[in-house]
Amino acid sequence: MKTKKLNGWYLSVHIVFVLLTLACVLPLLLVIGISFTDEKSLLMEGYHLIPRKFSLSAYEYVFTGAASVARAYGVTVFVTVAGTFLHLLFMSMLAYGLTREEVTARNKLALFVYIPVLFNGGLVPTYMLLTKYLHLKDTIFVLIIVYMASATNVLIMKNFFRTIPVSLLESARIDGSGEIRTFFKIVLPLSKPSLASIGLFTAIAYWNDWMTCSLYIENPKLQTLQYLLQSLMNNIQYLMQNAGASKSMQNAIADLPNEGARMATCVLAVGPIIFLYPLLQKYFASGLTIGAVKE
Amino acid sequence: MMAPGLFMIALLFYAPMVGIILAFKDFNPVDGIFKSPWMDPWYKNFEFFFKSDTVKTVTFNTLFYNMLELVLVTVCAMALAILLNELKGKVSSTIYKGAILLPTFLSWIVIQYILFSLLSVDRGIVNHVLGQEIYWYSEPKYWRFIMPLAYVWKNIGYYSVLYMAAIAGINTDYFEAAQLDGAGKWQQIKNITLPLIRPAMIVLILLWVGKFFNGGFGDWNAFYTLPNNSGALYQATDVIDTYVYRALKSLGDYGMSTAAGLYQSVVGFILILASNLVIKKIEPDSALF
Repeated sequence: MKTKKLNGWYLSVHIVFVLLTLACVLPLLLVIGISFTDEKSLLMEGYHLIPRKFSLSAYEYVFTGAASVARAYGVTVFVTVAGTFLHLLFMSMLAYGLTREEVTARNKLALFVYIPVLFNGGLVPTYMLLTKYLHLKDTIFVLIIVYMASATNVLIMKNFFRTIPVSLLESARIDGSGEIRTFFKIVLPLSKPSLASIGLFTAIAYWNDWMTCSLYIENPKLQTLQYLLQSLMNNIQYLMQNAGASKSMQNAIADLPNEGARMATCVLAVGPIIFLYPLLQKYFASGLTIGAVKE
Repeated sequence: MMAPGLFMIALLFYAPMVGIILAFKDFNPVDGIFKSPWMDPWYKNFEFFFKSDTVKTVTFNTLFYNMLELVLVTVCAMALAILLNELKGKVSSTIYKGAILLPTFLSWIVIQYILFSLLSVDRGIVNHVLGQEIYWYSEPKYWRFIMPLAYVWKNIGYYSVLYMAAIAGINTDYFEAAQLDGAGKWQQIKNITLPLIRPAMIVLILLWVGKFFNGGFGDWNAFYTLPNNSGALYQATDVIDTYVYRALKSLGDYGMSTAAGLYQSVVGFILILASNLVIKKIEPDSALF
């Protein structure tokens, strides 16, 4: 009797999760399905999960015709890699300094790092600073610099560095290793799991960011992938709403990449995330537990 | 060694604080921030913002969505975490976890595309299945449901894993002892799991409340992208962040948008202090400061 009841319980739990799994995965598969569908079939029959008429033309178009996609891909990859690297480097050096007792002002400095979490200047002053005073508008640096600092990540890394035994650092010093050398040769290698999870989160933030680009970038050559996607969607919405208003707009619609090509671009934007997914999942959970440990 | 990091924090977080004076200035690009004349009276930028109906709409929407999403995500994620923990099969629970975490890593732009392929008037799956022509993108009333739904869809995996980590931290002896005493599944959940993950839950909730006005963990993007920034939907989808963003980008009214941003920062600051006060009362160990 009891086992039967339990089996029923497990079965229903499994059913719930199978449904949830479908709910999470199917929408993305839908976009992939559309990207592989023949354009005419899309117009005639609408969107379907399984292509009514299979076609690779959308990808052909994206890879050959639209240089902007390839360029945007390059920009995004560069920004993500450079940004994540610099973020990790700067923030870990800062966090390490905050754990060393030799730094007598470390408590004050930690407060300095922490205050911006509570209060910030907001979007507009940041915008003014970066454009009017630092003249970073329309440069690739602005895409990198905006996510260069994070108080939360400093705190997480600080907690992690603190678990490294001081005796280890001291023995390194006795063996003649300088501070910088100790940091790069001993501390960082020991912190790989922590760095990996923070790095992955930072990389995702860079990769998925479109707002910075929409605010600061006007040069189409510096557009990121997400922004390209967003503006494609906006243009189409705008043109469709005003279609028929003028001849030039109808021509503009004809020039825009077709339905399938947009979905194909979208799939390409998700590609690396799917590709790195096992890695993401592995470090995601460990990153959470690192963050959960409070001093 | 700490210099580059400190410099970055000073530059990105502290320097913009000076720019807050913009909220009190009659800004013109020729004179720049510092030489532009002061507003007369000094609160004129705020007056403009507060007198419009917008301030009511965006404040209401910000609070409405944040609270609704907070409740939905907390309840659903906790339920899922408990259920996932119950599953003995390693393989199946790994697959489920992998699937529900997937949306977490997608950008709101990609989700915008997904939503569009579901809701597009003439070709969307939803209209196709319903056999009707519903204009999803011009009816605000639907978005009161769509926005929270999309939010839960994207974030449920993240919070489930978080709560799972909290459950994994519970000593298994408790469950074994309970089982020996003849406690059923439901009793174990009610009397062991829930009370023991309460601290984690309280901290998460209060951290979230503190973030209400600070972009809700960066998820305000959703309110801009998902409705395709459609003007017809502002009534149901405009939150404080989208308002500031739009004021800056399309109106170019620096003074007023800084004022709106300052309003946001101040309310956010008060919420953080308040939630920290509450944390201190209930879970002194988890207080931020």
